[in-house]
Amino acid sequence: MVASRAIGSLSRATASRMLRCPGYICRSFSGTSALRTRTHINYGVKGDVAVVRINSPNSKVNTLNKELQSEFMEVMNEIWASDQIRSAVLISSKPGCFIAGADINMIASCKTPEEVTKLSQEGQRMFEKLEKSTKPVVAAISGACLGGGLELAISCQYRIATKDRKTVLGTPEVLLGILPGAGGTQRLPKMVGVPAAFDMMLTGRNIRADRAKKMGLVDQLVEPLGPGLKPPEERTIEYLEEVAVTFAKGLSDKKISIKRDKGLVEKLTSYAMSIPFVRQQIYKKVEEKVRKQTKGLYPAPLKIIDVVKTGIEQGSDAGYLSESQKFAELTMTKESKALIGLYHGQVLCKKNKFGAPQKEAKHLAILGAGLMGAGIAQVSVDKGLKTILKDATLAGLGRGQQQVFKGLNDKVKKKALTSFERDSIFSNLMGQLDYQGFEKADMVIEAVFEDLSLKHRVLKEVEAVIPDHCIFASNTSALPINEIAAVSKRPEKVIGMHYFSPVDKMQLLEIITTEKTSKDTTASAVAVGLKQGKVIIVVKDGPGFYTTRCLAPMMSEVLRILQEGVEPKKLDSLTTSFGFPVGAATLVDEVGVDVAKHVSEDLGKAFGERFGGGSVELLKQMVSRGFLGRKSGKGFYIYQEGVKSKNVNSDMDGILASLKVPPKSDVSSDEDIQYRLVTRFVNEAVMCLQEGILATPTEGDIGAVFGLGFPPCLGGPFRFVDLYGAQKIVDRLRKYEAAYGTQFSPCQLLIDHASSPNKKFFQ
Amino acid sequence: MTSILTYTFKNLPNTSKWALQFSVRPLSCSSQLRAAPAAQTKSKKTLAKPNMRNIVVVDGVRIPFLQSGTSYKDLMPHDLARAALSGLLHRTNVPKDIVDYIIFGTVIQEVKTSNVAREAALGAGFSDKTPAHTVTMACISANQAMTTGLGLIASGQSDVIVAGGVELMSDVPIRHSRKMRKMMLELNKAKTLGQRLSLFSKFRLNFLAPELPAVAEFSTSETMGHSADRLAAAFAVSRQDQDEYALRSHSLAKKAQDEGLLSDVVPFKVPGKDTVTKDNGIRPSSLEQMAKLKPAFIKPYGTVTAANSSFLTDGASAMLIMAEEKALAMGYKPKAYLRDFVYVSQDPKDQLLLGPTYATPKVLEKAGLTMNDIDAFEFHEAFSGQILANFKAMDSDWFAQNYMGRKTKVGSPPLEKFNNWGGSLSLGHPFGATGCRLVMAAANRLRKEGGQYGLVAACAAGGQGHAMIVEAYPK
Repeated sequence: MVASRAIGSLSRATASRMLRCPGYICRSFSGTSALRTRTHINYGVKGDVAVVRINSPNSKVNTLNKELQSEFMEVMNEIWASDQIRSAVLISSKPGCFIAGADINMIASCKTPEEVTKLSQEGQRMFEKLEKSTKPVVAAISGACLGGGLELAISCQYRIATKDRKTVLGTPEVLLGILPGAGGTQRLPKMVGVPAAFDMMLTGRNIRADRAKKMGLVDQLVEPLGPGLKPPEERTIEYLEEVAVTFAKGLSDKKISIKRDKGLVEKLTSYAMSIPFVRQQIYKKVEEKVRKQTKGLYPAPLKIIDVVKTGIEQGSDAGYLSESQKFAELTMTKESKALIGLYHGQVLCKKNKFGAPQKEAKHLAILGAGLMGAGIAQVSVDKGLKTILKDATLAGLGRGQQQVFKGLNDKVKKKALTSFERDSIFSNLMGQLDYQGFEKADMVIEAVFEDLSLKHRVLKEVEAVIPDHCIFASNTSALPINEIAAVSKRPEKVIGMHYFSPVDKMQLLEIITTEKTSKDTTASAVAVGLKQGKVIIVVKDGPGFYTTRCLAPMMSEVLRILQEGVEPKKLDSLTTSFGFPVGAATLVDEVGVDVAKHVSEDLGKAFGERFGGGSVELLKQMVSRGFLGRKSGKGFYIYQEGVKSKNVNSDMDGILASLKVPPKSDVSSDEDIQYRLVTRFVNEAVMCLQEGILATPTEGDIGAVFGLGFPPCLGGPFRFVDLYGAQKIVDRLRKYEAAYGTQFSPCQLLIDHASSPNKKFFQ
Repeated sequence: MTSILTYTFKNLPNTSKWALQFSVRPLSCSSQLRAAPAAQTKSKKTLAKPNMRNIVVVDGVRIPFLQSGTSYKDLMPHDLARAALSGLLHRTNVPKDIVDYIIFGTVIQEVKTSNVAREAALGAGFSDKTPAHTVTMACISANQAMTTGLGLIASGQSDVIVAGGVELMSDVPIRHSRKMRKMMLELNKAKTLGQRLSLFSKFRLNFLAPELPAVAEFSTSETMGHSADRLAAAFAVSRQDQDEYALRSHSLAKKAQDEGLLSDVVPFKVPGKDTVTKDNGIRPSSLEQMAKLKPAFIKPYGTVTAANSSFLTDGASAMLIMAEEKALAMGYKPKAYLRDFVYVSQDPKDQLLLGPTYATPKVLEKAGLTMNDIDAFEFHEAFSGQILANFKAMDSDWFAQNYMGRKTKVGSPPLEKFNNWGGSLSLGHPFGATGCRLVMAAANRLRKEGGQYGLVAACAAGGQGHAMIVEAYPK
């Protein structure tokens, strides 16, 4: 007691970093050395409550890395050893982030599974010690509390969270192909019940604070505060801390119980879960569902089920062991590497590498209120951009306005927005038939029909009314931007912004620059795209840019495979079982047969034989029969309102029969069919990099996965080449080349990679 | 405002002896307390403006403000308004036919008397030739009624205005659900038995669930008490400070009542019941008792309780406002001039109750006065926490610079000049009627305590606010 006080007074003189919180008695109980400075964690004492503050240096977020962990343990050991301290509060000094998760690089740098297992076990031990703490520890959560951060929080005795939009809790590990490896799989089921724990861990979804309270994931909520005598964020964190300290005191004084009153449903669920038979049924059900959804392509979800099951059925020792081992196994899988690669890629594509534009675009104008135009409007208005939506007809405009309203209203139904917020967001949209107000526009995005002469007409009309600084962006999936810009008075202000349908769901935005597009125009387009919440790749102009160009040869192969007599349903199941989210035949229907025809004709002209394969005649005949896909109700399948099961359009039999070509038996096994599709895709993607259409393989992977549904478990075409082996792909291509000709000729860059095995797209 | 629906102020034991002791106890909110400046010289001798009509309040009255669910519970809103109007007639002896226009404020409308001003005027025996309309602006509805009248007089449209306000929280419109209403309306139009039966077949039991009047701000879905609690937290106003302020309000109200200072109150003989002569919500308690209450909105750790919030109140008020020359011509001795006023509005989420902070510097600037010129402050007390948060906001340069676009703070009002005869916390707060009470309290205080300028300020739902300068009429 006396000793520690002496040390305390000594350190008070030295540890000036502790004095950042005036009003608290700041002490360091550093038992070993009073001079040691901590960089990630510091703590002060309020009465008999230790307030531990997490603040990773030089970063917007806190991540659980080795230094943070060791400093945390050091601090906790001091707290446990101190006589004055009776409880503790754990809080982040960063508004908007509690702990965003474990450090991925720390895991990635491990070479062997044993290393990873050890890492996991260290985490498990640390959190177990925290869980068994005799002094109550309150986690005060404001901002992202994800992955390892959540595992830390649920090891504490009590959790208080700020009820704002930034505060989310979740276990996103599954999205990286791994599992919560620091006790999460064992603690979470006990805390929120097995079904809810499975839901969290298998979907990786973010849970908002109010939902977390209902689930029992947090014990109290704190409302975010408005302005007072300090900025709101600062005061809110302070208030959260004050409330947490009150609860920590209450817990140590035994005035507050950590036991939670369970609702009737919860009680019934936990009773049901005590019956082994019910549990077995649940494991079975969940596993079936996972198998169905992942087609066995993703190992992580199954392992999660397995680990949870082990913990519940065989006790926590077995559970922890299983967790750490399975965690290690998963980190070594290709799938995990692919998913983590995508994660990094996504982070990169959420940055504007062109810098800040000279003038921030605040007023948008969108031409064409079709599916795309309205979609672009929706993702713009809800970010506060004033948006004009212009169409040629009142009916078309009305349809577009309704689409935006419905998109917002669906969010109200899901309680992501209030009806008032919806109205206020909707007021950012101005629907009109004329060019009124265009003189204020900072950017015009045209989403009119894909017809060059129409685009030219629109461009000229718009240039007559917009101010000098205004950017003209064309949303086209295949028309070369330089051809559109040909009639422009100011080609440096013309750029391509290729959105994907449905715009509010698809994350990707492909930005296309011509030789003449200025850097500031690009910077501005990227800034708008980022504001709209998009993941962005910037590519060079050329027929089909990047995404459409990769898709086209694959689609051509789809047609050939159908002509060879493979049923659409069979083709769909082959593609989805390879990891594509949508079957190939269905994809044609979704994109629109007329669009597909348009694109394949255009690109066929541009690229010639290499884009051959199936006959465009198939698409032409479908268009002439009115089988345009989902939008016309018939394509390869029949679509009816309210009917979920898809039936094959039997009228297609005649068309397919008339265009039938004999299959070649040595390249028509199920696996060959899958690889014929994928290798053509990958080959074209690599060629885009070779030709400089793509700047980086990362953008190629992100574009393919987020825009075209390339199997995420493969990580994108470039990651796939790295992980699968360039040689193997070249071998495949050569085999198909022998059967079909130059369409399968591997490109030079791919051959280079095959011939020198050390060459990788991602080092 | 309506958020207080569920919380009344009944639990507090009436320990007035204690209260007297406590009223002399120094209050911790006395950080705002300043030594009164000895001899004040006003920035301006009067606020009269050339080429502008002087507008005076001849007198104003209110029926006793009662906790809802007490003596007024069986009446209708226009009954209360009628009583206030009758009281005004009696007090001023104004000939009914010279009144040009009648304006009333109200918040929760009784659908049968949506223009309650007209119904009450007719019922109170005013001329059926005098037009009347009703205004609504949440807790500053009566203020809006008065200032609408000021506009009519200033622009020369009228000379004599009766303005007032009424609220009856004992009865609020509880509606059928939208689905039920829709079915009933369609049933009205159904002609054949078949049509009716098919409509009946669509009936579901949940149609019967009633729709209560909104207990929350429409735009944010947040109840006012909840917002007040967050506001108090944002300005770090403690529970104890809030309780002490509430106790001050009750103690001062009690004192004013006992000393007969609340001269604007007129008795009301309630049909079938005894005559009501005084406000019944004034209940000075003790800090110990108040500390026992649980938070009413943010549970379990909030600071706003039933004891430090204003309670649901029934009541009505009315004022006779005239052009000065008209009043003098009729031989009246007016009580006060009504001078500059402002309305302000701000973020309804985080600054819902900061109206006075925004309105005060604005109205002072407009009138060319400073805080030191004000002798009587009459602020609407929605919650203790709200008042104390406003004090802190007014006293903060940071807040003034970052949120109000002003260079410096306006400063918080000196407590010894502030709500000296109690406030909404203790006297009660019939939403639509409080504005007139504030103005009359300021006018009567200036007459009684001496002094020239009074400042009235109030916050209102929707994130709005109001302030007005009242100038004492020379004796």
